[in-house]
Amino acid sequence: MSVFAPRADVRDEPLTTATGLPSHEDRSVRDRRRRNGGRRIGSHVFLVILAIYFIIPIWWLAVAATKDTSGLFGSPAFWFDDHFAFFENLAGLFTQQGGIYWRWLANSFLYAFAGGIGATILAILAGYGFAKYRFRGRGAVFTIILGSVMVPLTALVIPTFMLLSQYGIINTPWAVILPSLLSPFGVYLMRVYTQDAVPDEMLEAARIDGAGELRTFFQVALPLLKPAIVTVLLLSIVGTWNNFFLPLAVLTDETLLPVTVGLNRWTALSNAGAGGEQVWNLITTGAFVSVLPLILSFLFLQRYWQGGLSIGSIK
Amino acid sequence: MTTHTTLSAPPAPAAPSRRSHPEGGSKLERRRQRWGWLFVTPFLVVFALFLVFPLFYAFGMSLFTSTLATGTRFTGFDNYAKAFTDPLFLEGLGRVAAYALVMIPAQLIVALAAALVLDTLATRLSRLSRLLIFAPYAIPVVIGALMWSFLYSPRFGPSATLFDVVGLPAPDFLAADSVFGSLVNIVTWQWSGYYMVVIYAALRSIDPAVYEAARIDGANGWQTATRIKVPMISSSMVMVITFALIGTLQFFTEPVVLRNIAQGAIDAAYTPNMYAYSLAFSYSQFNYASAIAFSLGILVFAGSYVFLFLTRKQSGLK
Repeated sequence: MSVFAPRADVRDEPLTTATGLPSHEDRSVRDRRRRNGGRRIGSHVFLVILAIYFIIPIWWLAVAATKDTSGLFGSPAFWFDDHFAFFENLAGLFTQQGGIYWRWLANSFLYAFAGGIGATILAILAGYGFAKYRFRGRGAVFTIILGSVMVPLTALVIPTFMLLSQYGIINTPWAVILPSLLSPFGVYLMRVYTQDAVPDEMLEAARIDGAGELRTFFQVALPLLKPAIVTVLLLSIVGTWNNFFLPLAVLTDETLLPVTVGLNRWTALSNAGAGGEQVWNLITTGAFVSVLPLILSFLFLQRYWQGGLSIGSIK
Repeated sequence: MTTHTTLSAPPAPAAPSRRSHPEGGSKLERRRQRWGWLFVTPFLVVFALFLVFPLFYAFGMSLFTSTLATGTRFTGFDNYAKAFTDPLFLEGLGRVAAYALVMIPAQLIVALAAALVLDTLATRLSRLSRLLIFAPYAIPVVIGALMWSFLYSPRFGPSATLFDVVGLPAPDFLAADSVFGSLVNIVTWQWSGYYMVVIYAALRSIDPAVYEAARIDGANGWQTATRIKVPMISSSMVMVITFALIGTLQFFTEPVVLRNIAQGAIDAAYTPNMYAYSLAFSYSQFNYASAIAFSLGILVFAGSYVFLFLTRKQSGLK
């Protein structure tokens, strides 16, 4: 069913698993035998060209973070300047507007983790409820949730802004965190995964042994859901971390902004020229520092997202 | 999204276990099933507060008109009549439709080609490429757009130097007639890798025995790819296109960021979302902005629904 099924079920099938490697190797050995060298070189050239296209702006950012403003204008875009200014830029981030950049970065972490963890907890509970109980109205409610995946979340930003200002929590961290708890797609993923990964017989056995519903959930089901939990957590943290429209609309206090909105504000000011101060070197360095945490976590969590991003897409 | 079938079909495994448990009594059993509500309620509260309620609220707001002279009064569907005759809104809609027509195929072709090639290789270089192609997904859309706006900029960008080498004048990526392509490039760069990972995972889940059979029948690599692989992963393709469609129709972040340096080419009503934003936050026309946002929401919902309906055979939706 999904590449993300629990290992035990997949072990003796020729299908791939989340890590994908065993069957991959088998097939490639066969491929190698029947394929002439030319095709493989062609494929590799194609991949390398694609990879260069996708990586070059990131390379540019890494290089640009080491330049001062005159270096940004004056030196070759894709190579280092003679003057290595990365640490000066970093220091500049601490002094510019009293180090507000680090405040923004901390806000981004707070919003992403609070929103992401909260959304994941709600998705685990709801996914389990939908997958393992047959309560009245389940089908109808789930269909509505599934349909809501197609509602563009940005269409909700303006009404959310108006509602939150009525409750008086506009311009507070809650205005970003609370709407971020909504993740219909996370619920869908958890339900699909729970259905496969948690056998009804195991729950039944736990109940016969006298475990209550909550204990069954925490001690039997939850451990089996670990891979899907990591994936949903990763997806919802990335989602909140990327968010731009919502914080742009609901936050005006500069000390509450996440790093995305903050850097965009610096860019707008620097471009406006006249009154605003030009802080190009701080923008590039700030952007570089802010993408490091996610890039690193994707590198280290590869085995989770590679299988996990496809849950639900495969029947 | 693709497994509507799982929810409409009565889940088979539960039935036998319930029957095997007659001493539990149907009343007790029914009481147990009510625990389901307890598990789904926390999510449903958030769902009601931040999705259902704002939708109704926006709809309610959109039925009123507020002016300094007359105050706030009920005007029914006037705001919608105004929206669908408003050239700024209609132009924005036309623009995102044009973006959808160009951007979705662009992303899909890059993602599919990369995934199909990766599927035939298992070298270290191919695994590294896969990671690099996916890398932009880990970068926030704002930062991605900022990076490209630097690269496009005639002041910082490398284009002047690069085109000087071949003796051509550097193109202006931010002129009114080229900004379309520049934005398509940003979005393709940002999302193709994510779609590639989804498609790639679907390809990996095909049983290799199928290829064996095709090879015995004399199919070459291209035929295997187009006649076997692509049809077998059509449900993932439908999901990818649906996500791309929903994303494109609510185009906002990239043009907003690029507008910082290309005010001439991108106006405040460039996309319907940008128009709604500027109506609400620059002109305080919250009622009209609600009508625009709600119309856009309905159009996106209807658009993706129609798409899923037309492709129900491919996606397995009934």
